[in-house]
Amino acid sequence: MSIFLDENTKVVYQGLTGSTGRYYGNLNREYGTKVVGGTHPKKAGTEVDGMPIFASVAEAKAETGCTASCVFVPPVAVRGAVMEAAEAGMELVVVITEGVPAHDEAWFYNKLKADFPDTRLLGPNCPGIISPGKANIGITAGHIAKAGGPVGVVSRSGTLTYQAVYELQQKDIGVTTSVGIGGDPVPGTNFIDCLEAFQADPETLAIMMIGEIGGSAEEEAAEYIKANVTKPVVSYVAGVTAPPGKKMGHAGAIVSGGKGTAAAKMEALEDAGVKVGLNPTEAGDLMAEIVATL
Amino acid sequence: MDLFEYQGKEFFAQYGMPISAGEIAFSVDEAVAAAERLGTPVMVKAQVHAGGRGKAGGVKFAADIDAVREHATNILGLDIKGHIVHRIWIEKASDIAEEYYASFTLDRSAKLHLGMLSKEGGVEIETVAEENPDAIAKVYVNPVDGLSEQMVRDWIADADLPDAAVEGSVDILQKLYTAYVEGDADMVEINPLILTPEGVVHVLDAKVTLDGNSDFRHPDYSQYDETQPRDEREEAAHAKGLQYVGLEGSVGVIANGAGLAMSTVDVVNQVGGKPANFLDIGGGANADVMAGALEVINNDPNVKAIFINIFGGITRGEEVAEGIIEAMKRVSIDSPIIIRLDGTNAQQGRDMLAPHLSDALMMETTMLSAAEKAVALAGR
Repeated sequence: MSIFLDENTKVVYQGLTGSTGRYYGNLNREYGTKVVGGTHPKKAGTEVDGMPIFASVAEAKAETGCTASCVFVPPVAVRGAVMEAAEAGMELVVVITEGVPAHDEAWFYNKLKADFPDTRLLGPNCPGIISPGKANIGITAGHIAKAGGPVGVVSRSGTLTYQAVYELQQKDIGVTTSVGIGGDPVPGTNFIDCLEAFQADPETLAIMMIGEIGGSAEEEAAEYIKANVTKPVVSYVAGVTAPPGKKMGHAGAIVSGGKGTAAAKMEALEDAGVKVGLNPTEAGDLMAEIVATL
Repeated sequence: MDLFEYQGKEFFAQYGMPISAGEIAFSVDEAVAAAERLGTPVMVKAQVHAGGRGKAGGVKFAADIDAVREHATNILGLDIKGHIVHRIWIEKASDIAEEYYASFTLDRSAKLHLGMLSKEGGVEIETVAEENPDAIAKVYVNPVDGLSEQMVRDWIADADLPDAAVEGSVDILQKLYTAYVEGDADMVEINPLILTPEGVVHVLDAKVTLDGNSDFRHPDYSQYDETQPRDEREEAAHAKGLQYVGLEGSVGVIANGAGLAMSTVDVVNQVGGKPANFLDIGGGANADVMAGALEVINNDPNVKAIFINIFGGITRGEEVAEGIIEAMKRVSIDSPIIIRLDGTNAQQGRDMLAPHLSDALMMETTMLSAAEKAVALAGR
């Protein structure tokens, strides 16, 4: 099994008419994702590479029965796009867009929590989600992940997600689902949501968790693992050598006031019984050792 | 984006908060002229992006013009935690009866806005949090619901501010929240918020960090962008729209994605080298971006080898390859380049690079082997 996304999930693309949305909409469709089309209020009735454009997410749902959306619209339009998808009853909304203001994220996170609790938001600023061999929503190159499990992957960083699943593929280890939760201050889905889902998924037998400096998400995940996760977990935390006070690209990745350091996160994870690698390759090796014993 | 104190005060003033009259000065003469216009006594305050200005001698009371001249002379050029003072804020001095602390920021764990209020102001809040955590009253604000006046009154009562400070604080704290939300701030802090002997609540300091992602709502924020502290390398990278942090070593690092860039810096360290920088060329980096990144790295005299680590997602391998080939035509790169390329269209990119491989441009198949090669070439 996979989590959040499988071969039956029908997905509509908000922003399919833009160049990036179109490119990845096509790639996702080629991968096997059930792409039902895109949305654009003024281009309804037209097509993009054979994919129909609907006026709204609600219309796309009425016409196709889609339950998920993928958002490629510019930052200024993300808040509106997320609410449109939630109001249309989407169960999964994946926001790839980078550069969304933190106040917008905090607002729609809480709005969804209060009024649309059945909508799972992933991102913003995330690479998306791939259940290898079944479906891919977002910008992950499909060929880098081996299908079939037994490892579930969750990561705050896009490119490190790729690195992680690729390291596993090189060792002939498959992935049930890889979830990129994104590096922004208020991610719609967090480590704990994914750990809970992987723990419950019978086909996921081990979990790879990739963190980075800043915030306390890794420490909170460590506490959760200690109390709730019985499956083996391997982790890597990026930014061991990051200087304090400097934002390392991601809005969320900053060591400030001695908080959010990689060392503290690694210690918390090790304390929870997690095997921690010092780089993605070492984490891959640790996972290979675990998979060999399963 | 961090604002200087005076910029923070101007920002607060836009939301109707009471600040002291003041002027910015870049020289002793300007400081004196400002003080003459304002009328003494004044405060002479260093404007740097660092805390602990007072302790470092960067904040002085000047009773008369001679004192203004003396303090301005001493403070301009002062080094405060590595930040050299180039500008000073001359402000009408205030009488202080009591000092409080107030701030709003995002609590990432709670995913709510967090307001903190304390009657122990004027000192670093981290110190209060450690020594007397009960002295900080907290209010959690759901962004959807906002902050009501009643919440503010309860919060002030919780902080145990004296009666004389209540009405003035209710007004200022509501405006502070509005400034925080409407101004898209990551953090707003007043320390100290003062009560004067006359019973007036007043903003005496301002610390503001704005969200760089909110520029599209605030075209005027570009003025603050110009005053961010950056070294020469960081300035050049910023002008090209690159996410760059200068470090001290000899291995130039270019990667796509913040996580992979951080990880690349880690790995270079782990194999015994020293990275010269963190550089994230971002998602969807094209030939121009790659050429710009190589130029920035090439201009760093410490760099002895360049490690380009690309795992394509939204970044496409053929565009990366094109960028490298193009950049090598445009600028003469002094150091050998070691590239590792995987992900979206990686094979296409590798095929494009193959005919260009030489001692100046090498390809490795893994992140670790590429790091080792780069470190060896940089001569450790």
